[in-house]
Order: sequence, then structure tokens, then C-alpha cells
Amino acid sequence: MLSADGLRHAFGRVVALDDVTFRLGPGQTLAIFGPNGAGKTTLLKVLAGVIRPQAGSAQVAGGRRAIGWIGHHSHLYDQLTVRENLVFWGSLYGLARARRGARVVAVLERLGIADRADQLVASLSRGLAQRVAIARALIHDPPVLLLDEPFTGLDLAATRELRGLLAELRGAGRVLVLATHNVDEGVELATDVAFQRRGRFVHFAPRGAAGPAAIAAAYQRAVADA
Amino acid sequence: MTLLNRGRLITLLGLASLAGVYVRALAFTPTERLQGAAQKIYYLHVPAAIWTETAMILVGVAGVFYLFLHDARLDRFAAASAEVGTVFATIVLTTGPIWGKPIWGTWWTWDARLTSMLLLFFLYVGYLLLRGAVADPELRARYSAVLGICGAALVPFIHFSVYFFPTLHPQPIILKPSAPSLPWSMLVTWLYALAAFTLLYIGFVVQRYALSLARDAAGGAERAHG
Amino acid sequence: MRELVTQAWIVARKDLVLEFRTRTALFSAVVFTALVLVVFNFGRDPTAVATIDLAPSILWVTFTFAAMLTLNRAFQLELENQALEGLLVAPLSRASLYWGKLLANLVFVAVVEAVGLPLFVLFFNVPVAHVLGPLVGVIALATVGFVAVGTLFSALLIRLRFAELMLPVLLLPFLIPPLVAAVQVTAHLLGGRPLSEVAGWLRLLAAYDVTFVSLATVLFRYTVDE
Repeated sequence: MLSADGLRHAFGRVVALDDVTFRLGPGQTLAIFGPNGAGKTTLLKVLAGVIRPQAGSAQVAGGRRAIGWIGHHSHLYDQLTVRENLVFWGSLYGLARARRGARVVAVLERLGIADRADQLVASLSRGLAQRVAIARALIHDPPVLLLDEPFTGLDLAATRELRGLLAELRGAGRVLVLATHNVDEGVELATDVAFQRRGRFVHFAPRGAAGPAAIAAAYQRAVADA
Repeated sequence: MTLLNRGRLITLLGLASLAGVYVRALAFTPTERLQGAAQKIYYLHVPAAIWTETAMILVGVAGVFYLFLHDARLDRFAAASAEVGTVFATIVLTTGPIWGKPIWGTWWTWDARLTSMLLLFFLYVGYLLLRGAVADPELRARYSAVLGICGAALVPFIHFSVYFFPTLHPQPIILKPSAPSLPWSMLVTWLYALAAFTLLYIGFVVQRYALSLARDAAGGAERAHG
Repeated sequence: MRELVTQAWIVARKDLVLEFRTRTALFSAVVFTALVLVVFNFGRDPTAVATIDLAPSILWVTFTFAAMLTLNRAFQLELENQALEGLLVAPLSRASLYWGKLLANLVFVAVVEAVGLPLFVLFFNVPVAHVLGPLVGVIALATVGFVAVGTLFSALLIRLRFAELMLPVLLLPFLIPPLVAAVQVTAHLLGGRPLSEVAGWLRLLAAYDVTFVSLATVLFRYTVDE
């Protein structure tokens, strides 16, 4: 459903992707751990079709329409209401008008913000705005989710909620790719784990039964080697 | 012979030819009845103007090929052509008024041909400014290609304004739809000048390209050892 | 084709809703237009030069400055809301994004021109009623030209520093051919001369529009993708 073959990309002298290759099928969740600057965001952007890699290729079955994206930014328009934002993004993702209204309500309810539908995004607290951002990513019910440091800035309760939501989404045969620099956040969700350092995948394997501690230790070792 | 030296040789040939053209123009070509000796600058002026336009079109063509092929050599050529074009435009903009002053009594006239050279000059300056503002080489090449293509497409529009706009500038004598209306010896001198400028264009571009290639190679060596 | 139009409209509509809700750019452009017209009035000596001679230039300078003010706004909006990445990840074709922005920009500039033209007629006592149709036609033709190129360039500059400074520099040579044509046609119209005399300039404007709108549509993805 999602594949990468020999991806290479550099920004001037900085290598962001160095021969990255992998394949993911339905039901798999890949957690990519790596320090800042390792190239995790670049990898996600190549998968999403935003960056054209200098070498190699990446495919996502269904194209961009099949991707739900949570990036570093919320991609919400401050001066539009929550509903207006969701309708805008929903229609870009091809949601027909008939289905759209119901979908917006459903996703708002799932995230517990249905009562804020007609408020301007600018007037929401950060935590609520983040929920709207997640709603935006899910509006078209995508089979593939690409998440770039989605837990950043979330408090403990919100983190737990997001983890629960992701676990639920994972269950329906979706493919998730989650990039983070914090091992604790993504480990339990993952079926497969990769460590990325200076553009390279220095480890890529099924998680199996390894718990957070084991993974964290392996990560430290992988990252410590120069 | 290295590329740089080849370029220098061609430039020298061009300069020698130009000197030859001048000897011929001053000693062996009749003086124009209406404009006197000042008309001789025409031999310098018009070929430089032709090459200023052609250099821009070549920048655009290189841009088109770059967008398909992503070959850095095309971008290097485009940059070299643009710099040489700027130099030629400057030549025209300085020699034009030198010619104009004895004939029209003013340094600057808003006649269409000088104006079109001014526009080309701005076009080149904009192109070089854009290149200067982008650090990443690939992005710079891509953006330059876009601007270069638009610039090349603009050249005919600038050119057509010459035909439509009522002007002080002597109407095109050679580059017009019917046969050239110059006496034979003047035409020959003019053709020699065009050939000299062609050599100069090629010589300068080759030198500039060689310098750019050397710089990129040095940068690469730094990367390998750094 | 239908998809392109639908998606372009979704983008344009969002921009229009946002701008009419905040009204900042529009308001400053309208105020600026009025200001420029007033200053022009104080800068001239009505006994020395007939208004009708200066009128076309005054009109077009005013419209050009106003257009430049609104052009920056298009992508500034996406930058402020950090939405550009989201737009690139969405299944939104780059051509649709360009057309959406183009449409929205055209509407804004049209609003400013719709305020500017009556003000111009009022302040300078220029009778336009008898040529209103053709005048509006030439205004539309020239405006499409500037805005098409301006929209492309403002996308080119979003990721660069000094974008607001660079836009006028890059745009300048591209504005002159359509401006010259527009001023010539306007002068003829206001002078009561038949449109057939300026058929050449009108053809130039039409060719310019077709060329640059097509070029911009094709080149847009090279400017906006990372």
C-alpha cells in the first residue's frame, strides 16, 4: 500500500534521505524515531508527494486523496470557523456536498468539539485548535495517515487521547507512519520500528514483543554510533 | 586546453575581430550622410543589442531543458548567459546615449529600442537578484528556470513594441521584413561586427561557465573532506 | 477540466471569504488608489498641460500600484496561516491552485479598479461614458496580464526573504509591454478615436494574456513545490 525505493535527497550539503527503502501493507504502523534533522519530515513529505526526491521513488496507493496528513502546522485558517475550515479541506479532498455535512459532524463529535463548530479558529485555545487540526486530517477518512511529531505540545491527557484515537484508527486496516524524536510516544502503537539518522534507516524491523524500554535502549545504541 | 583557457582564447579572437571591425569601419567604410562619424557606433550597438536579446532567449531555452532533465550544467549555462547578457545590455545602454547626444542633443531618449534594452537590463538584474536570494542550488536552478522561461517569452513582446510605438530611433534597417537597405560595404562591416560579438558571447559564456564549474567542483571537494 | 474549475473555485472562494471578512488588504489598496489620484492632481499645472493628455498615464499608474499591493496578499495569506504545506499535500492540482489564486486576485484588483475608475473620472473630469464599454474591456485585458504574471511570481518568492521588495523588481519588465499597450489604447479611446486604429495594441494585449496565463499555469508547480 505504501512503498519507498532507494530514496535520496539532499538540501545543498545536508543529506536528508540516504537510500531509504521499505514497504508497508494494510494494518501496519511504522514508527520512525530519529533526532532532529535526521530527515524524518523530508521522508514524510516525499511520501505525501510534496517533495520530489532527487533519486528513487515513493508510492502511496490511492495517491494524495488517500493520505491524511498531520504536520508541524495546523493548516487551519484563523479567520474561518471550525466548520468552514473542515468544509474547505473536505471539499478539496473530494467529499461530495451530500456526504460532507454528515462527515464534518461525525468527525467533530469523535474529537469532542462538536459544540465549537461555529467558532473562529482564532478564538480557540491551543489544545482545541490541535483537535481541529486532527479533525482536518481525518475529514476524508483516509486509509493512510502520515503524522509528523503529532504529540508535540500536547499535555498528558491529550497525548493519551490521541494515542487512543490512533489505536482505534489503526484497527480498521489503515497504514500509519509516525515520525517522532520521543520513543515513548509512538512505541506501543507501532507494528514496525525504524531508526533514522542523517538520512539513513539504521534499523528497520518489526517491533514484535519488544517493549518501550528495549526499543529505547536499541535506539540509544543506534543513534550513539557516529 | 582547459575550458577556461579555451574561453579566453575565443574572447581574445572576438576582441581582435572587433578591433578589426573598427579599423574597417573608420578607415574603409563610407561615412553616413545624415549622421556623420557618430553613426559608426551602430556597428557596436546593434550586434550587442541582438546578442542581449538572444542571450535571454537562450536562458529561457536552457530553463525549459533544465525542468525536464535536471542537469546542473544547463543551469550553469543559463547563469553564464544571463551575466553576459547583462554586460552586453550595459554596453548598449552606455553606447546608445553616447551616440544619441551628438545627434539628438540629449543623453537619454525614451525611444523604443533604448527602452527595450533598459527593460532587458531590468529583466537580467531581476534574474541575477533572484539567483542571489536562493541558497539551495536545486531550488535556485528551478526558480531561475521559471523566471528565465518567462523572461524569454517576454522578449518578443518587448521587441514588437518597437514596431508599434512611434519612435525617434532610426527604423530597423537590417532586421526588417524587406531586404536590408544599407550600401554593401556598410552591410559587410556590420556583419563582421555581428560575427565579432558572436565570438565575444561564446568566449565570455565559456569562461563564466568554466569558473562556475570550478567553483562547484571546489565546493564538492570541500564536502568530501569536510 | 471540470475538476480543475471546481477545485480552483474552492480555493478562490476561500480566499474571497477570508479577504472580505478581514478587509485589510482591500481597504488599504482602495485608500492608496484614492491617495495616488489626489496627489496626481496636486502635482500638475492644469494651465500647462491638458488633463486629457496625462489622463491615461495617471489611470494606469494608479491601477498598477494598486495591483501590486494586492498581489503580495495572495500567498502571504497561506504563509500566515501555515496552510501552504496542507494545500500541497491535498489532492489539489497545482494548476487549480494557480487558477484559484488568479481568480481571487482578479476579483480584488477588479474591486479596486471599480472604485478607482469613478474616482478618476470625478477628480479629473474625464468624460468616459461614451467609451465605457471598450475602456472596461481594455482595463480587463491588461489587468489579466499583470495579475497572471504577478500571481506566479508571488508564489516564486514566498520562501525567500525580502519577498515584498523583490516582487516589484521582478515584475517591472513584465508590466511595461501591457502597460504601454493599455495606455495607448486608453489614450485613443479618451481622444474619441476609433478602436480600429489600435487593433495592433489590442492584439498585443490579447497575445500577452494568452501567453502568460498558459505559461504560468504550466510553470506553477515548479514554483510552489518544495
